[in-house]
Amino acid sequence: MILQATPLMIAVTGETITERSGIVNLSLDGSMLMAAMTGFVVGLKTDSVWLGFLAAAAVGALFALIVAFGSIRLRQSQVAIGFVLTLLGDDLSAFLGQNYTRIPGPVIKRMGIPVLEEIPFVGPIFFDQDITVYLTYLLVALTWFFLFKTQAGLKVRAVGERPEAAFARGVNVDYVRYLYAIIGGALVGISGVVYSFNVKLGWSEGHTRGFGWIALAIVIFGGWSPIRGALGAILFGATKALATYLQRAFPQVSVVAFNAIPWVLMIAVLLMVSSNFTERLVIYMPRRIQRPIRRLLRVGPPMALGISFGDD
Amino acid sequence: MNLRGWIARAWPAVPILAALLFTTILLVMFGASPIESLEAMIRGAFGDQSKTLSVIAFWIPLLLSSTGLLVTFTAGLWNIGIEGQIVMGAIAASWVALNLEAPSFILIALEIIAAMAAGGLWAGLTAVLKTRGRVHEIFGGLALNNIAIIFTNYLISGPWQPPEGGTFRGTQPFQAAALLPRYANSRFSPLSLVLLVIAFAMVVVALRGTFWGLKLKALGKNLRSAFLLGVSSEREVILAMLFCGALAGMGGAVRVLSWFDSLRQSISGGIGFLALLVVMLASYRILWVPLIAFFFSVVLNGSITLQLRTQLHSSLGGILTGVMVLFVLLFGDANKLRIFGKKKSHE
Repeated sequence: MILQATPLMIAVTGETITERSGIVNLSLDGSMLMAAMTGFVVGLKTDSVWLGFLAAAAVGALFALIVAFGSIRLRQSQVAIGFVLTLLGDDLSAFLGQNYTRIPGPVIKRMGIPVLEEIPFVGPIFFDQDITVYLTYLLVALTWFFLFKTQAGLKVRAVGERPEAAFARGVNVDYVRYLYAIIGGALVGISGVVYSFNVKLGWSEGHTRGFGWIALAIVIFGGWSPIRGALGAILFGATKALATYLQRAFPQVSVVAFNAIPWVLMIAVLLMVSSNFTERLVIYMPRRIQRPIRRLLRVGPPMALGISFGDD
Repeated sequence: MNLRGWIARAWPAVPILAALLFTTILLVMFGASPIESLEAMIRGAFGDQSKTLSVIAFWIPLLLSSTGLLVTFTAGLWNIGIEGQIVMGAIAASWVALNLEAPSFILIALEIIAAMAAGGLWAGLTAVLKTRGRVHEIFGGLALNNIAIIFTNYLISGPWQPPEGGTFRGTQPFQAAALLPRYANSRFSPLSLVLLVIAFAMVVVALRGTFWGLKLKALGKNLRSAFLLGVSSEREVILAMLFCGALAGMGGAVRVLSWFDSLRQSISGGIGFLALLVVMLASYRILWVPLIAFFFSVVLNGSITLQLRTQLHSSLGGILTGVMVLFVLLFGDANKLRIFGKKKSHE
């Protein structure tokens, strides 16, 4: 369950950083596919997973750079470029990876943490995993600390909320956006190859298809916070376990039907965090818990998300 | 005319050539001869009568979907859910074909109406999720796409399984009366061409010559000021989506009733996403849409033959179209490139 959620957590963290700076990188689904393919092939050829991770990060960063360049320098629609890159990444990965499908490649082995894995219930779930999973916990925590507790993180958020104010304060808005789009994109690339090395070993056409979109939805559900995003990713990772359970409980229902769970869940969680409906429910609650509940359920995007900043 | 003028005029060809160059490099990397590949593609598209008719038969639902998207794009909506609308249209048409008995022309009319209703319903759901639930149409549409595709797989492997057992590939072929009359044993149905021409003409007139088209344009340009001017954004959003969904649903019906003869696993074949690329490449130039859709149809049908001839993956066609749209989006507007300094060119 945690393993299923790990690449989603990485992708959500990366995209959260990017969107906090005001850029929407919609190309996730395609760049994850391209990175999964590239990382796998590089890992296979060099027999080094680390070079595979590096290559995947480079691919993810390149896709993000195209989106950032297109929107900042060329003033084109981020959504349009991101969407085209999504389709292109899918086709390119299928074409370039055509000779590498379904062959065994490098794998990252499981490695329990000595004391922690002994903890009943929690131990086996969280601490009997591989090194990427532990690094992902660290990544989520560090990203949260960076965004909300450091000067540089404040700058990122300022650029995403009020670029004019940040600019007036001497922040180079375009530079910040390029930088964090690329960092976020690199993380997205890594998340793609984590599928190839840890979760769904190897490479096949459309290997990670759909996960990029789910990650984008989790960013919204997570209210652009890495920790909430990680919890959202675990929730989606749990749907797979839930599907297996339901299948056993209701054997008369077709297996295929359970594949729809993540997508139904996607609509449900987006409705929950953004529609008026939850607001109407909150009003009927005791006054004292209204504020915390509202903070828990409702989120708003960075104010300058997707809006370009500049002289015209 | 001076040099700068000439460059500005010839500029739109540059991204297109760059995309061709990119694809050529890919071919060379995989050890294929670009000239031979081009020849295989052209032969795959126009080699004989049945191939040419296949290109047209693929073009019809593609252009139906693109025509619908012209309406939603004008209203500033990203109807990525079009793929699911095509699939739902195909499912509704299949339901009629599998369950009803009637003279052919009544059956076909019912199938098309059912398909338009189902496509419209699916699009309407995305629209209501947007206007009432504030779920962006990209996410609502995408989730509904996947649900529609999973629903097809469920039907094929469950209730609509052919009697000889499920193959996961498709339902049993429909009764002959349910299929669109096809020209010369091909996949092309002249009736679908007639429907297409009507739909396209309607959209051109609606967008260029009616008050509704003007309202949609206002909505697309600036949602807030359109609202202040008295355009009910919710009503127009839902109407535009219903319209697009109905045309996409009709496209889905054409897919099951003339391209195939049954409901298949990948019934849309990516036509919805391809239509999005068509409309993006055309960027509001309505009359270019049929030409671009035709070109895409040639490339995609040709790349299937290319795969048979050279063993190269048929995603090459998708790469060529994708790179072309990307380059045109990025570099198509010479003014925005600012390679000639910040001066605005005089037109």
